[in-house]
Amino acid sequence: MHIPDGFLTANTWVPAWVISAGGIGYCLKRTAQVLKDRMVPLMGITAAFVFAAQMINFPVMGGTSGHFLGGVLTAILLGPHAGAIVIAVVLIIQCLIFQDGGLTTLGANILNMSLIGAIGGYVLYSLFKRVIGAQRKVWAVGLAAWFSVVAAAAACAVELAISGTSPLQIALPAMAGVHVLIGIGEAIITGLVIGFIMKVRPDLISN
Amino acid sequence: MGKKEIFFGLVVAVFLALLIAPLASSWPDGLERVAENKGFLEKGEVKPAVSSPIPDYAWPGIKNEKVATSIAGAAGTLIVFGFGYGLAFVIKKLRKK
Repeated sequence: MHIPDGFLTANTWVPAWVISAGGIGYCLKRTAQVLKDRMVPLMGITAAFVFAAQMINFPVMGGTSGHFLGGVLTAILLGPHAGAIVIAVVLIIQCLIFQDGGLTTLGANILNMSLIGAIGGYVLYSLFKRVIGAQRKVWAVGLAAWFSVVAAAAACAVELAISGTSPLQIALPAMAGVHVLIGIGEAIITGLVIGFIMKVRPDLISN
Repeated sequence: MGKKEIFFGLVVAVFLALLIAPLASSWPDGLERVAENKGFLEKGEVKPAVSSPIPDYAWPGIKNEKVATSIAGAAGTLIVFGFGYGLAFVIKKLRKK
């Protein structure tokens, strides 16, 4: 879902940059208040894992693939603010070194996958956990992961529409439709990884 | 986290990039599919705002695509680990001041 240069016009990518810079700045401030020593290496490892996992595209239907995004995973492991920073770190390296996602559109990509994907996903996770019950929280994890991908895709569609790249009534159902399927992969991977960590190192999970 | 666990986590991540990433589907992703179907894919065919040293996850100069992906992926995983760890370290340092 990495938006390349050219898909968004300046009336969209400039505000997206401003929102993302403000959002990540706030996350840095909040993380500085709560960062524990044990979280320092965990942030590095989580970022490395998300980067590697994002390379693994899986087919979702004829001729279309998707990949893990990792927002809900990092937010549950590290808390929403440090989680969003980790996703932003991955997006910045992907943009600058691997040409995956444009530089003008980096702000929009951080907005969609880090701020909406990690923090938005975490808000949903907290909500679902309350409804489903803490003892079955792995279902809340999966559900939030699925929603986070669909929400990021919807945000991407809105940005494409504001840019005049594709009208909302076309972009929104198309983006949401594909990512409803890709989100299933996100739910399975996030559920399996969090389930595994809950078994072997439950203390690593911040919430 | 102990040193052993940090090492284990990093090995898992590098393993994913080195051995699994080359097997990934090369089909277009969700956004590329929509761009193609809805006719705006060519808008992305502009000169990128920055030129990247390792475009498209392929280590330059290696003919075998899968090997080029493996090496680029492993290198990227280590770079991201370093950046993530380093940033967390700096945040921690700033807090203590």
